[in-house]
Amino acid sequence: MSDGALIALTAEAAAARIADGSLPAAEYAEAYRARAAADRAAADDGLNCFTWVADSVGDHRAGPLAGVPVAVKDLFCTAGVPSQAGSRLLEGYLPPYTATAVRRLEDAGATSHAKTNQDEFAMGSSTENSAFGPSRNPWDRERVPGGSSGGSAAAVAAGLAPWALGTDTGGSIRQPAALCGIVGLKPTYGSVSRYGMIAFASSLDQAGPLTRNVRDAALMLRHMVGRDECDATSLDYPLEIRLPAREDLAGVRIGVPAELTADGIEAGVLARFSEALALAEGLGATIEQVTLPTAPHGLAAYYVLAPAECSSNLARFDGVRYGHRVEGADLTEMYTRTRHDGFGREVRRRVMLGTYALSSGYYDAFYDRAQRVRTLIAEDFARVFASVDIVATPTTPTVAFRLGEKTADPLAMYLSDYCTVPMSLAGIPAISIPAGLVDGLPAGLQLAAPAFKENELLDAARALELALAFDGSAAYV
Amino acid sequence: MIGRDEVLYVAALARLELREDEIEPMAAELSAVVGHIEKMSELDIDGVEPTSHVVAVTGALRADEPRSCLPRDVALSQAPAVADDGFLVPSPQA
Repeated sequence: MSDGALIALTAEAAAARIADGSLPAAEYAEAYRARAAADRAAADDGLNCFTWVADSVGDHRAGPLAGVPVAVKDLFCTAGVPSQAGSRLLEGYLPPYTATAVRRLEDAGATSHAKTNQDEFAMGSSTENSAFGPSRNPWDRERVPGGSSGGSAAAVAAGLAPWALGTDTGGSIRQPAALCGIVGLKPTYGSVSRYGMIAFASSLDQAGPLTRNVRDAALMLRHMVGRDECDATSLDYPLEIRLPAREDLAGVRIGVPAELTADGIEAGVLARFSEALALAEGLGATIEQVTLPTAPHGLAAYYVLAPAECSSNLARFDGVRYGHRVEGADLTEMYTRTRHDGFGREVRRRVMLGTYALSSGYYDAFYDRAQRVRTLIAEDFARVFASVDIVATPTTPTVAFRLGEKTADPLAMYLSDYCTVPMSLAGIPAISIPAGLVDGLPAGLQLAAPAFKENELLDAARALELALAFDGSAAYV
Repeated sequence: MIGRDEVLYVAALARLELREDEIEPMAAELSAVVGHIEKMSELDIDGVEPTSHVVAVTGALRADEPRSCLPRDVALSQAPAVADDGFLVPSPQA
């Protein structure tokens, strides 16, 4: 099969062909491995999607995903393979164990031969905060792929991986998926084990798929979910994740919150959003205006809670047990120098912000208040889901921005997650699917559902995906 | 506004060195973000419980049974410095 024909296959189709013997697994995996290796070798002339690519394709287990390679975000620990979280501090770190999410995919037969670039410790919305240089958007190489799972998103969009594993704390799967014209799913908090995911904000972090279509997202998720005794917040997923087959939306009630669909959203993005809603109506859905009055405060609460948890989680990077060390005259100086040199600017900023918010005298005004705002946001969603099945918003306020455009202004960068953060705070599942192009750049449609309603969410996303008929092949390299 | 002294105090708490030319930019950036965060004070949170878990978890503890852990040589294999089967660090009081 030609490279072009291989790349055109969905992961689901490739798995089926490998299973029936019409596609040799080694040929399929090697095609992707070689493409990933070429991107890595191209350095600044490529997309810089990868932080590590294996020299050869390894063996795989028997199973429903047998022989299908998955690109894995650098944030996941993979035994004996560099797992650096995009950080200088963890450069060359080789973990002794593999993250549960990765291991479960491998148990289902998937292989992993590449780690993907990301914002350092998943802190960022552009992948420009990687210690290993920014990734580029395959739709326009002068623009960012989004972040923090930007390497995963760009690799899938560019045909350098059939699908990829990412993580989402406030939008880090959905926002890069939107900016790269692919599908990205953040599952219900707790449905996928966080064991082996280098922790950023533990009450928000979730692993999820980045794929070229909704069925592939369902297929990957099916093999990731479930209770893991190594993660006390993980849960038994109550149902099997189905591969969605629905082509209509009859009887589906879609709520459109005014707070996330007006102010601050670019006109072109809003236009694609309105067209998608019209298509949904054509498929039989009813569209209702709803209100999420606390949602506009989501970013403020998020930028207390996430940095607070980050400042605590990142205390482990002290130059003692793993990673980079800068020597000092005494123990404290070794710590402070190691952390200064090992952490990039955004990570230092978040550690400072979180430490400030948790420091004596500020706890009530910041952390405690943010946790109460979080409750209000969850209550907003609960009220809305009493009358609708799905909440729809644009995924991001803008299409992909230029490299360097927002690096000097943290608040402007943080606004990239305006529409995705409320769902993260509420712990509910949300998916971004491509809604179309704005001046040649992809815009995303975000759909959200109540906790553990992934099947209904995927059904709605699939029906809309078929109606939207987005063609992302122009981004293939 | 967050000032220079406050930045240095927080940096000490965070065990984070800041170079002289990094202090003022950090103060300005933190002030901008905190200014945004303070918009939360517009909300009435009287009687609202703080979130602890977004999804209720019960029975999260496994049986308290001893099991094997990482072998010592594996645990030490990624350390910047080791000695006598342990992690080597500089003295707390140089």
